[in-house]
Amino acid sequence: MGMERDLGQKHQSSVAEAVEQLVAVNPYNPDILPDLENYVNEQVSSQTYSLDANLCLLRLYQFEPERLSTQIVARILVKALMAMPAPDFSLCLFLIPERVQMEEQFKTLIVLSHYLETARFRQFWDEAAKSRHIVEAVPGFEHAIQAYAIHVLSLSYQKVPRSVLAEAINIEGLSLDKFLEHHIANDGWILEKGQGRGQLISLPQNEFNHPGLKKSAADSIPLDHITRIFPILS
Amino acid sequence: MAASYDYDDSSAVPSQQQPDSLGYDPNFVPDSVKSFVVHLYRHIREKNVYEIHQMYETSFQTLSERMFKDSPWPSVDAVSPLVDNDHVFCLLYREMWFRHLYARLTPTLTQRIDSWDNYCSLFQVVLHGVVNMQLPNQWLWDMVDEFVYQFQSFCQYRAKMKSKTEQEIALLKQFDQAWNVYGVLNYLQALVEKSMIIQILEQEKEGLEQFTATDGYDYNGGSNVLKVLGYFSMVGLLRVHCLLGDYHTGLKCLLPIDITQQGVFTSVIGCHITTIYHYGFANLMMRRYVEAIREFNKILLYIYKTKQYHQKSPQYEQILKKNEQMYALLAICLSLCPQVKLVDEAVNSQLREKYGEKMLRMQRYDDEAFALYDELFSYACPKFITPSAPSYEEPLVNYNQDAYRLQLKLFLYEVKQQQLLSGVRTFLKVYSTISFGKLATYMEVDEPTLRTILMTYKHKTHSVDSDGKIISNADFDFYIDDDMIHVVESKPVKQYGDYFLRQIVKLEGVMSDMDRIKLD
Repeated sequence: MGMERDLGQKHQSSVAEAVEQLVAVNPYNPDILPDLENYVNEQVSSQTYSLDANLCLLRLYQFEPERLSTQIVARILVKALMAMPAPDFSLCLFLIPERVQMEEQFKTLIVLSHYLETARFRQFWDEAAKSRHIVEAVPGFEHAIQAYAIHVLSLSYQKVPRSVLAEAINIEGLSLDKFLEHHIANDGWILEKGQGRGQLISLPQNEFNHPGLKKSAADSIPLDHITRIFPILS
Repeated sequence: MAASYDYDDSSAVPSQQQPDSLGYDPNFVPDSVKSFVVHLYRHIREKNVYEIHQMYETSFQTLSERMFKDSPWPSVDAVSPLVDNDHVFCLLYREMWFRHLYARLTPTLTQRIDSWDNYCSLFQVVLHGVVNMQLPNQWLWDMVDEFVYQFQSFCQYRAKMKSKTEQEIALLKQFDQAWNVYGVLNYLQALVEKSMIIQILEQEKEGLEQFTATDGYDYNGGSNVLKVLGYFSMVGLLRVHCLLGDYHTGLKCLLPIDITQQGVFTSVIGCHITTIYHYGFANLMMRRYVEAIREFNKILLYIYKTKQYHQKSPQYEQILKKNEQMYALLAICLSLCPQVKLVDEAVNSQLREKYGEKMLRMQRYDDEAFALYDELFSYACPKFITPSAPSYEEPLVNYNQDAYRLQLKLFLYEVKQQQLLSGVRTFLKVYSTISFGKLATYMEVDEPTLRTILMTYKHKTHSVDSDGKIISNADFDFYIDDDMIHVVESKPVKQYGDYFLRQIVKLEGVMSDMDRIKLD
């Protein structure tokens, strides 16, 4: 369906594998804290993402607040915003002490998250423009948010007016033409003429904007439930 | 039995029960206790699970009620000669001793530390595989449950710094490993790993191993203790992570257990309830409302139907308490995601009786509605903890409410983000198509605002499941074509597959029973 979450995961580097291994084997070991911090930076520079590793780090901060690095926490939160529509940002906030959340940069991030959660993209982009120093430190930020905006649009619209799309992804004019061209070529978007009010973009069908496509998943039974009656069937 | 005192900690100051002042002599062992200890010891050595269970569930309660209502049981030193000074038995006895103390009295700091030491010794014995006993699931569950409870209780106790004496602070500093969060998590994790329970459950799916079918017991002379403790520790980890606000990790710890099926966790009612309560709560916090509603509905229906059988059980009070809390959580879920069709008639009528009127007001999203969300959440949420030790250098302040306040605040924040959605829902219910402009007029907002509300509706009603797939939680869904809104009512599909599977197994059982009967 293409509705699965795109984490922008590239192939895992060996550092990543080593850290994932650490988290899996030793999730409650304070000694892995520096490795996890490095791994956050690695995720930022290599445009990868691991919620499990980041939650593990926030957990260690929660256990030993004196070791908390606000810079690392900020990076984790930006990465979590980029993982929308998943609830990762809240999952992180649940673990960050309130007095830390009071800091200016976190307040900004919380406001940004609020705009995304309530689909107020215009306000979001305005606010993000004012806080370049936070979000531009993480490569791929803009692209990830655009992907989220398109996700919400394709849940909602069969055909979306060009101006609505433009506002949601914060691209206009010639850049938007190029953007559209790319998606027309690669993702099955179709450009149509609206009723006198500019272009309409017909978004690819999915079970949420074309409810007819919804297959009744309820009719299926997981295989391991069936295995219980294998002895009987044989 | 483990936590009928789940919320006891409000009586802030430990009363420092001086045993002697109550006329309690720790060295005096009444005859009935002698007999109890000797018999229990014998049954354990003979691996008579049935008798152990009887003594553990019934005799221990009766004796506690009759003779130790407000004093501890005789000290372990006084009874140990009766049981050949058996090391493991003494550890088990002390575990019960502390559990009884926590339930009926207020433990002192020293007692809390001693109880921690006892758990360490007990778990180490189990982890090193030198235990060959067969213990009832109920008891093994109570150990894990009580271990987590005492950890939570300790964190609450420690966070109330204002009332600490200098002596207590000195002790806290000296024994900083007692109930340390790393220690607690690592013991639970070690039990899970050492028991190989995850692999056992995997192998069971392929028919290579039996665990669920025998309720975790070992009928070949082996011990069930490590395996079943490992199994219950996964539930313990779920609970600890929920107490810490780490819902994602909590659910991950529970993954090896398929909660949609019967399992060892359903063999002990307290465990069944704890599992579903925390599972549901975690899903609620992750906005997977449908999943939470489904599981709350199932367990509430189960409790509704079987309540009467538990009336005499020591867990009864706790069952009722969690029952009430889960109705409150269900009320929250249904207010945010009105999928009433998912709820059974019996559960629904109970829910209406308890929360019907409040739920109506919660739909309004005014200040009063927020106050109700606040009230229900505060009543029904787990008792969140701050796991870190305080900084003893800074002025001593109480921080026992911090964790709870943070979770509450973030939850109410979520509610606020959804405040306009019930308004949209009202209109979606009555139109099959409606134009953007018209709906905007009806809702008294401009078109751009309506657009954000509709997209928020979409975002909030579509959650991401554990595999990263998008799941719709919407009862009324819609799609927009240019400036027309088309409404689609989603009808929940009844799941017959499981029902048929169960009937097939049942029928097969009946047929093989009949085959066995030889007619003369």
